[in-house]
Amino acid sequence: MPGLGTSFGRGGATTFQQDLQNSDCILIEGSNMAECHPVGFQWVMEAKARGAPVIHVDPRFTRTSALADLHVPLRAGTDIAFLGGIVNYVLTEEKYFHDYVLHYTNAASIVTQEYAGPEDLDGFFSGFDAKDRHYDFHTWQYEDSLVQAASGERDMEYEDRAGADVRAAGRGEAHGSGGARSGGAPSDPTLRHERTVFQILKRHFAAYTPEMVEQVCGVPREKFLRVCEYLTENSGRDRTTAFVYSVGWTQHTVGVQYIRTASILQALLGNIGRPGGGILALRGHASIQGSTDIPTLFNLLPGYIPMPHAHANEDRAAFLVAESTDKGYWANMGAYLTSLLKAWWGDIATEENDYCFDYLPRLTGSHSTYETVMAQIDRECVGYFLYGENPAVGSANAKLQRLGMAALDWLVVRDFSLIESATWWKDGPEIESGELSTTDIGTEVFFLPAAAHTEKDGSFTNTQRMLQWHHTAVEPGGEARSDLWFTYHLGRRIREKLAGSTEEADRPVLDLTWDYPVHGRIAEPKADAVLAEINGWDAEGRPLSSYEQLTEDGSTACGCWIYCGVRAEGVNQAARRTPGIKQSWVAGEWGWAWPANRRILYNRASADPDGRPWSTRKALVWWDAEQQRWTGHDIADFAATKPPDYRPSPDARGPAALAGDEPFVMQDDGKAWLFAPAGLVDGPLPAHYEPQDSPFDNRLYPQQRNPVRQVLPYRGRHNRLQPSGSQPGSDVFPYVATTYRLTEHHTAGGMSRWQPYLSELQPEMFCEISPELAAQRGIEHLGWATIVTSRAVIEAKALVTDRMSPITVQGRTLYQVGLPYHWGRNGFSTGDAANELAALSLDPNVHIQEVKAFACDIRPGRRPDAAGSDALVREYQRRAGITDETGTEI
Amino acid sequence: MTERTQHDPATVSGYPDHPPRMGFFTDTSVCIGCKACEVACKEWNLIPSGGLDLTGMSYDNTAGLGADTWRHVAFIEQRKPVGFQDAGMHHTGDVLAMAEQGTATAPENAAMNPTTPGEGGEFRWLMASDVCKHCTHAACLDVCPTGSLFRTEFGTVVVQEDICNGCGYCIPACPYGVIDRRPGDGRAWKCTLCYDRIGAGAEPACAKACPTDSIQYGPLDELHERAEQRVARLQDQGVAEARLYGADPTDGVGGTGAFFLLLDEPEVYGLPPDPVVTTRDLPSMWRHVAAAAVTLAGIAAVAFGSTLGKR
Amino acid sequence: MARSPHADRTKDAVTGGRGRGRRERPMVPDAEFGSYYGRPVLNAPVWQSPDVPGYLFLGGLAGASSLLGAGAAVSHRRALQQLTTAASAGAALASLGALVHDLGRPERFLNMLRVFKPSSPMSVGSWLLSGYAPAAGIAALWAQRDRLTRLAVAKRVLRCYPRTARLAGGGATAVAAVTGPAVAAYTAALLSDTAVPAWHDAYRELPFVFIGSAAQAAGGLALFAPRHETAPARLLAILGAGCELTATAGLRDRLGMVAEPYDRGRGGLCLRVSKALTLVGAVGAAVSGRSRSLGAMSGFALLAASAATRFGVFHAGMASAKDPKYTVRPQRERLEHRRTASGIGSAGSEEDTED
Ligand SMILES: Nc1nc2c(c(=O)[nH]1)N[C@H]1C(S)=C(S)[C@@H](COP(=O)(O)OP(=O)(O)OC[C@H]3O[C@@H](n4cnc5c(=O)[nH]c(N)nc54)[C@H](O)[C@@H]3O)O[C@H]1N2
Ligand SMILES: Nc1nc2c(c(=O)[nH]1)N[C@H]1C(S)=C(S)[C@@H](COP(=O)(O)OP(=O)(O)OC[C@H]3O[C@@H](n4cnc5c(=O)[nH]c(N)nc54)[C@H](O)[C@@H]3O)O[C@H]1N2
Ligand code: SF4
Ligand code: SF4
Ligand code: SF4
Ligand code: SF4
Ligand code: SF4
Ligand SMILES: [Mo]
Repeated sequence: MPGLGTSFGRGGATTFQQDLQNSDCILIEGSNMAECHPVGFQWVMEAKARGAPVIHVDPRFTRTSALADLHVPLRAGTDIAFLGGIVNYVLTEEKYFHDYVLHYTNAASIVTQEYAGPEDLDGFFSGFDAKDRHYDFHTWQYEDSLVQAASGERDMEYEDRAGADVRAAGRGEAHGSGGARSGGAPSDPTLRHERTVFQILKRHFAAYTPEMVEQVCGVPREKFLRVCEYLTENSGRDRTTAFVYSVGWTQHTVGVQYIRTASILQALLGNIGRPGGGILALRGHASIQGSTDIPTLFNLLPGYIPMPHAHANEDRAAFLVAESTDKGYWANMGAYLTSLLKAWWGDIATEENDYCFDYLPRLTGSHSTYETVMAQIDRECVGYFLYGENPAVGSANAKLQRLGMAALDWLVVRDFSLIESATWWKDGPEIESGELSTTDIGTEVFFLPAAAHTEKDGSFTNTQRMLQWHHTAVEPGGEARSDLWFTYHLGRRIREKLAGSTEEADRPVLDLTWDYPVHGRIAEPKADAVLAEINGWDAEGRPLSSYEQLTEDGSTACGCWIYCGVRAEGVNQAARRTPGIKQSWVAGEWGWAWPANRRILYNRASADPDGRPWSTRKALVWWDAEQQRWTGHDIADFAATKPPDYRPSPDARGPAALAGDEPFVMQDDGKAWLFAPAGLVDGPLPAHYEPQDSPFDNRLYPQQRNPVRQVLPYRGRHNRLQPSGSQPGSDVFPYVATTYRLTEHHTAGGMSRWQPYLSELQPEMFCEISPELAAQRGIEHLGWATIVTSRAVIEAKALVTDRMSPITVQGRTLYQVGLPYHWGRNGFSTGDAANELAALSLDPNVHIQEVKAFACDIRPGRRPDAAGSDALVREYQRRAGITDETGTEI
Repeated sequence: MTERTQHDPATVSGYPDHPPRMGFFTDTSVCIGCKACEVACKEWNLIPSGGLDLTGMSYDNTAGLGADTWRHVAFIEQRKPVGFQDAGMHHTGDVLAMAEQGTATAPENAAMNPTTPGEGGEFRWLMASDVCKHCTHAACLDVCPTGSLFRTEFGTVVVQEDICNGCGYCIPACPYGVIDRRPGDGRAWKCTLCYDRIGAGAEPACAKACPTDSIQYGPLDELHERAEQRVARLQDQGVAEARLYGADPTDGVGGTGAFFLLLDEPEVYGLPPDPVVTTRDLPSMWRHVAAAAVTLAGIAAVAFGSTLGKR
Repeated sequence: MARSPHADRTKDAVTGGRGRGRRERPMVPDAEFGSYYGRPVLNAPVWQSPDVPGYLFLGGLAGASSLLGAGAAVSHRRALQQLTTAASAGAALASLGALVHDLGRPERFLNMLRVFKPSSPMSVGSWLLSGYAPAAGIAALWAQRDRLTRLAVAKRVLRCYPRTARLAGGGATAVAAVTGPAVAAYTAALLSDTAVPAWHDAYRELPFVFIGSAAQAAGGLALFAPRHETAPARLLAILGAGCELTATAGLRDRLGMVAEPYDRGRGGLCLRVSKALTLVGAVGAAVSGRSRSLGAMSGFALLAASAATRFGVFHAGMASAKDPKYTVRPQRERLEHRRTASGIGSAGSEEDTED
């Protein structure tokens, strides 16, 4: 989550769900919390019971809206305009929390002279390279410095930092070619200098007026102003407002910038690091937070250490110079990385061999899941493991997913049931249409039954960074095995096969410490042993208790530095279950949260620069002058004994370089970034761009779409994009569709469509439309509707409901189409997959698909059969004049 | 008799020393319609799943209480606000008129999610989890000829599945449409208020699963107190329609063991507005039956008497 | 917003949904009542036709026939006695069969006699039937005693214990006659003691409809006896018909809109057929003294009329359970009534405010 990561330092929710009860106002936007996080929603209800207004901004009226005080329907894909409007309101009406902004954000920092924003450059930031569709970020930096981001795209500074002469640059003290590396950047505490972040912000958002919000989002001015008032009246010294978002914000070609806008707003209102405030990023799958902490992502190593790119002669030192910061905890990346290498390669990793740094793979570009699919179609990727994923339903452009799998040599699916991704070769839509035939598909498909979480030990890291341990309740039945079992024994067998090899390429595998103890009938590896390795140990093998203990000299090993302490004292802290009634509302003894069991991040900011709570009502941690340490309800997210008046010496680096009043301890300058001088590939500030397929022109800038969005056109008409705005043919797709979840089902359905109790609650695919749209298109309640994009057609039963409100955008009435995305052909409850309709157009920072807003058409009746559907799509493509190039322009 | 004395069903049923009467307060104003209660009930009680039927009744696809649905969540879409809530909708006037101008189907057939006509900007989505009321005067129990239905020491009403012979009498007797016979099984089923759980000191499965405490389980007296406070709070906040249903011991069933906070008239949720335990009239029924029986005998006597001597 | 609660309520009306909703304009509020998607408030009885209406009919036929049987015994109408006692025994047996057949778990039939519950007409009825049915059987055998002598065993019994036999036979005939009216009438309470509006609300008239119908049936059947013995049967049938028609008319008057199902749909049709047959049968019975075939035809009409009444009442009840209107509207009116009343007086006690 580089949106939060670049803004505040860590890519995780800044708060926890229980803390919502302390909020004076809650804005839920881009999330349907009541339906997707029903258990956590009780804390919203608690706040509501205590009098906090709850606002839900969502294209649809959902079960969350039903309990909100104010529901604001808006056009899907326009939240930057909406939030930007609030930023503008806060700045022009001077509703920001001045002292907080001045001391804890980079508002006063002065940005380079070369910086120019989209308001001056027709929608581009300075540094755009049209040929490569790429921004050179240098002009976004602070004057005379080169700061490194705590998250996001850190390798972009490689050349500058590791630069021409890596060895000469030496260790961290070196100045890269950009000049002073951080903190020392000039600033203007009066915030009046025209190149201060504050003034840039004002200019940037000046166009985001209430009238503009009304034009772009379809939110009437009065309604918008009411939201502004709610937020500003409930923020400040004595009150806090919390933001809640989830994938309603992320799944856009500008998704990361949505979160940046919220971050800017919350920083301006002084709501970060304080009780009842914060940004609650609600994550998905039970351990999706865990799967970015110990990542399943191609570009990260555990604990958000970047995966090295393929630079010539890059060694560990060069890597660290380039990727770490000077100030704050990321300056210690060397200790984290070295300890990781020691955890993986044990005694074999020595100073002499650079701790096996060269064993790490190197990136040559983006290898996100969607690029992997392209590589499959191109036969560059020939084997595929699917552990707990159902791309034939759950991933954008489901057809391409299937075509990719059909081009493989082998495919291993580990799941509970025969999901669509395991059976497409015999009963997928392409088999039905004759496009593929089972006999011609060369892919050898292995289906291996997986053990469920109830059948194995392990941990989940939930939405609030909290690890919770689960114990085996029953042994897995039949052939089912845990993923840990599979991975461990697969590795063991590979190593047996490679044993004795002299190939250098086999060394990384053969030298791994692959010695987990196994137990029981099925030789299940001990999950606790894995946790022990993740937690780490010292030279004597004693469990570590804090990442502060990690060193760069090879004497400590730690599998994930941010998890260090989860097994402090050798005790599994994640398995703690002290009931809430037996402890404070922070409930620090239930499970264990990274980092260091802190529940609210950056909580140093809950106290003023002198270390006193901003207000007694909102006290969380504060400086206890007598004991000379930080104390309070939560564990301070700050060096425990560093006094508020501590000022670093000019040559200090790392955590020691952070002053006593710099709460954002991961940041290179210790501050929350209103303006992100590094880390993001699409701009230091959020700007509204239209979604890839949109029926409207961008009212804010001449540039229609995010210029550096990632489109993956597939040569072969299966990922055709649509004309946009006032381009000819755009009117063929006059409606805006969005996709989402229902409480009753889970994601791509593998865990719900096979459950009779859940299936009966939502028995088949449907779409939600307004009565007005139903009337316009002659669609009946419970009758069939066919939804069309330039990729595919699907059918769905129509639920005609008042919950879908028409909105007025740019003087035109817009109807939106709601599509739950849970269905596929298998299981009890079936239907067409919404993802057939979606295109591969991605956010450039995190490569997430834009499935939350795309233009479509809708018509009454069922879709034709597979062949007829193909003809219908072609007809639409013809009518809209679509070619391979449509929509791929900058 | 305005005094609110609660009839104590367990004592009347012969439990001299019994635990306090237990029940449910379902506060529909905080229900998020997650249906966790429906599923938890089915899981715990091993109830067969129903059919796969998209009903078009908003998000309600199980339609009502019955043999296989002991908890049921109703969804009601209305053009009407809840207190000061602002739904922010922009519908334009009469939906029916709109259906008329554009739809190929005749408007009376082009149904939409049934709602109430009203201002285009007003809207609310009511959700409410329904369950057996565990009536103070339970008609189902009264009419059961086998004694399969019985009153527990907690004052609840439970079917003994090994005794029920499927006579079906309890079904039309229930004024709330709760209990029903399971096809293929032949017996009557309904909520047991998790007799097996509460007997062991645990909370019923549905209440346990409810994330927002819309379903509150506990001693009925305490629940009543809490409910009164909640209604007062809501009314203070401008939710004038908030009212309790089933909490009045002078109502037609003597008050219910499971009562509700509703935001609209009961019938809107599918509940009877003024239910009466049918057996309240039973003495009078027996009197009429007796009179009729005597009448029949009388008619016969007349028939023979007046033909005396005739053949 | 100063809407009166009443106006507010009428705005709430939610009707329609699928099925029946398709026939009406789903969005148009019925000014009189609201419901949940037009779905019933009650779960309709699971009782099946023809089992249950058949049971009602046969019970009535049996009960009233026992009266005829006893009267015939006393008045020495031997053929009439034989026919009516046989009819009551046969009908009692068949009604039991229908009852058991309708159970969800027929093998657990005997659980009916596990307890005796006066609060359950079905329990009362079960016990009643278990007393009545053997009596009716013995009464039938007793009426056939002449023919039974052809059986060696019966002959021996009658020979050796003539007093006991007479006592048993006469006693059983008397017991059946005494319990018969109860058997014929209690089924009204069986139906009325439910929440089904058209049944419950009719609890005052229904017993009279049922005994009238029973008399009609028994009288009708007895018309198949030799002409010279049928005079009381004819009178019974005519009086029964009159009673039934009067009670039904009274029921319609008193129930108001809840009586609609007695006029509409399947229930209404059955009752119209019943009425026509009743009139035909009654007139036929009145004049059939002279013709046996006319008597038989009238008898047939009366039996059919009685059966049609039971089917009519059964279906009317089912229809009233399935349409929420019949549950909601009267209750709503009752509430409003009480609300206005309580505005003047105290909350008022509840007893016997059923209408
Ligand atoms: N029951 C249930 N719970 C789940 C899941 C599930 O499948 N079922 N999935 C889990 C997973 S993996 C995840 S990631 C989370 C996701 O949790 P959520 O993000 O809450 O889930 P969604 O339903 O995808 O999207 C949320 C809302 O975004 C709205 N939306 C769409 N486009 C826009 C937009 O442009 N702007 C704004 N403001 N809103 C928009 C949609 O209408 C929808 O109501 O839920 C988790 N929880
Ligand atoms: N249109 C549209 N598309 C979307 C989204 C959207 O909002 N709209 N949301 C996106 C999001 S946020 C997500 S997270 C994805 C989800 O998409 P997927 O991850 O593809 O979908 P799931 O159905 O969650 O697949 C998980 C599978 O894992 C299996 N499983 C569960 N536990 C285990 C286990 O322990 N081991 C193994 N081996 N298997 C297990 C389940 O049976 C299930 O089949 O969908 C994405 N796609
Ligand atoms: S499914 Fe699990 S994680 Fe999601 S709300 Fe329910 S309990 Fe919480
Ligand atoms: S609600 Fe119905 S089933 Fe439940 S106790 Fe009352 S009468 Fe019986
Ligand atoms: S169906 Fe079962 S529980 Fe219901 S009344 Fe008959 S015997 Fe009793
Ligand atoms: S109390 Fe138990 S049986 Fe009754 S609805 Fe709740 S879970 Fe089901
Ligand atoms: S579990 Fe609670 S919140 Fe969810 S539907 Fe049931 S009553 Fe409502
Ligand atoms: Mo997700």
